[in-house]
Amino acid sequence: MFDRFQNSRNALGLIFMLPAALLLLLFLTYPLGLGVWLGFTDAKVGRPGEWIGFENYVFIATDSVTQLALFNTLFYTTIASVLKFFLGLWLALLLNRNLRFKSFFRAVILLPYIVPTALSAIAFWWLFDAQFSIISWVLVKLGIIDTYIDFLGSPWNARFSVIAANVWRGVPFVAITLLAGLQTISPSYYEASAIDGATPWQQFRYVTLPLLTPIIAVVMTFSVLFTFTDFQLIYVITRGGPLNATHLMATLSFQRAISGGALGEGAAISIAMVPFLLAAIMFSYFGLQRRVWQQGGGDK
Amino acid sequence: MSDFNRRKFLANSAGVAAAATVGAGSAIWSPFINAQTVSFKPEKGAKLRVLRWSRFVQGDIDAYMINVKRFTEKTGIEVRVDNEGWEDVRPKAAVAANTGAGPDIILSTNDDANLYPDKLLDVTDLAEYLGKKYGGWYPAVQQYLRPDGKKWIGLGLGAAGSMIVYRQSMVKAAGFDTFPKDTAGFLALHKALKEKGTPGGYALGNATGDSLWTNWLIWSHGGKLVDANNKVVIDSPETIKALEYAKELYANFIPGTLSWLDPNNNKAFLDGQISVTNNGISIYYAAKNSTDPKIKEMAADIQHASFPIGPVGVPTESHLFFNQMIMKYTKYPQAAKEFLRFMMEQEQFEPWLAGAGGYIAQPLAAYEKAAVWTSDPKNMAYRDCVKNMRPSGYAGKLGYASAGAGADFIVTNMVAEAASGAKTPKEAAERAQKRAERYYKV
Repeated sequence: MFDRFQNSRNALGLIFMLPAALLLLLFLTYPLGLGVWLGFTDAKVGRPGEWIGFENYVFIATDSVTQLALFNTLFYTTIASVLKFFLGLWLALLLNRNLRFKSFFRAVILLPYIVPTALSAIAFWWLFDAQFSIISWVLVKLGIIDTYIDFLGSPWNARFSVIAANVWRGVPFVAITLLAGLQTISPSYYEASAIDGATPWQQFRYVTLPLLTPIIAVVMTFSVLFTFTDFQLIYVITRGGPLNATHLMATLSFQRAISGGALGEGAAISIAMVPFLLAAIMFSYFGLQRRVWQQGGGDK
Repeated sequence: MSDFNRRKFLANSAGVAAAATVGAGSAIWSPFINAQTVSFKPEKGAKLRVLRWSRFVQGDIDAYMINVKRFTEKTGIEVRVDNEGWEDVRPKAAVAANTGAGPDIILSTNDDANLYPDKLLDVTDLAEYLGKKYGGWYPAVQQYLRPDGKKWIGLGLGAAGSMIVYRQSMVKAAGFDTFPKDTAGFLALHKALKEKGTPGGYALGNATGDSLWTNWLIWSHGGKLVDANNKVVIDSPETIKALEYAKELYANFIPGTLSWLDPNNNKAFLDGQISVTNNGISIYYAAKNSTDPKIKEMAADIQHASFPIGPVGVPTESHLFFNQMIMKYTKYPQAAKEFLRFMMEQEQFEPWLAGAGGYIAQPLAAYEKAAVWTSDPKNMAYRDCVKNMRPSGYAGKLGYASAGAGADFIVTNMVAEAASGAKTPKEAAERAQKRAERYYKV
């Protein structure tokens, strides 16, 4: 019996997969399932709730603060992700060249990513301070402006300020991952295309970009997911202010669920993020990972 | 058998002896020294775990731990004290209350005890004893912790006052010898301060502590989030008046207050950029104890005042309230009660108030005579914080709705929207009404 078991590929496969499956069930499926359940209840922190159907979702759909948080989240994610992609790609291309002190620069570029987010958020909080901003101080000293910039005091200034902080923090991840992708591209493609008379732009467009696309798809999927679910930067720098102009879905969910005790409503806000995250993943999977395109073919 | 029956009453002489140990200070306590000292008989082998909010000033925790040590020496009961940021205590306390496991005693804030009153030990006997002995609990303490007017679900510990902190020289230079006592004078002062180039500033961002001044603003004009029946009534003519006043006031603030969180006004004040703000005594405490001679010098110019009285004609202050809850699941209810009794007795409580340096005001009237309020005259303004405060969910019942509405910054956002001109006062009030109705389930 034991011998048969030992020789059964299916049984052994199941046994080997069991620890991973248990971990996934325990730490992924259960919390997600619990979150979905809580979203349909009026649970408070520490108090089990009763089933109230879609009431939480109906409320957040009509709640002006949640609507604003959704807009903020989409705006924040779109602008920050686009900026991170272009800046990251540009940095990766630069670092892929034979620069002096290449290793040093590659290490330095990772610094923003290494610093704990809460610490870098505090640094940005000082940089954007209405009274103590060194950016404003320098500009005033240079005679470019007369009064300090109210980085976090007006809604649009605050939105762009937190986006700047997010981009600063997120660029290294995109740059280093794309650099790894660039290094997997065989130099022979570039040599062949050079012999055929391709310009640097044509090399980038027809060699680099198609071969880098699978990596771009993965990197940007993660980048969008991280940005969409950002919490720490906002919580430290603005706590969602001013006038809720920088509240993201994640920060609002926390504010309602933990600080305010409305666990069910907070869960509903969190779960409402899932369709957007799924859409981002689908776009990456079906949009960017087009194998025909990667193999040099065009769109059909 | 009730807890009361299990009490072990000590002879009156014990109370007298205890009071005598306070030395010169005992004279001011004479009305109370004849009160009986009661003690609870701790269970055999009792051990206690206390969860409390992290200290705001070092002297608080130092003095608190000295008292804890004395309690252990006296009773042999080991007490473990865990500290958490005050905003983190709320969810932890709620989970402990509802899962029936965790600390025996929790020191928390505002309306936490009203979220799970049936999970808390009835401490009516202890509260009544302390009330009788120490001149009575202030009304706000009773509203928080004796919600039905009969049963006490916890003990008051005090409040961290959010009072006016100002630079005397700047206020004087603006033409005011004393700090205004009414809202009209308050506005005139801010106009004058701005003209002199020394404006004031108050947090209008999502600041959990320092945005409490917006409650004062609305209450002082007669507005309130809910009435006594928990009906949302924030969209009222009184609120509109308050918001119009806020708009005029805000025009004289230093730029940037819409983004201010709790630390911003402290930094701006200590840097000399603002002449007046609202805060705990921590700005003065930091200046007084600073090693920087310039900041230390500023301490002499710092003064404190109560919030002005508005058209309603009575104080309408809003402060961060601290409670003490014994969880019903504790295995050692008598030991827990004895611990709280010990900590609230004058021999312990007064040195603790002194250690906190005026940061915390007492919940019991007799402690108005505590030395901390006169040892430095600048502490005095904070003395009556609990006496003059209204609970956070005024004028309604406290519970999940009041806690949720407070945590969602409904009043602060409304004032910020109207003051900054992002919305008209009417629009801001209507929006606040809708948001609040969700919490109060209309």
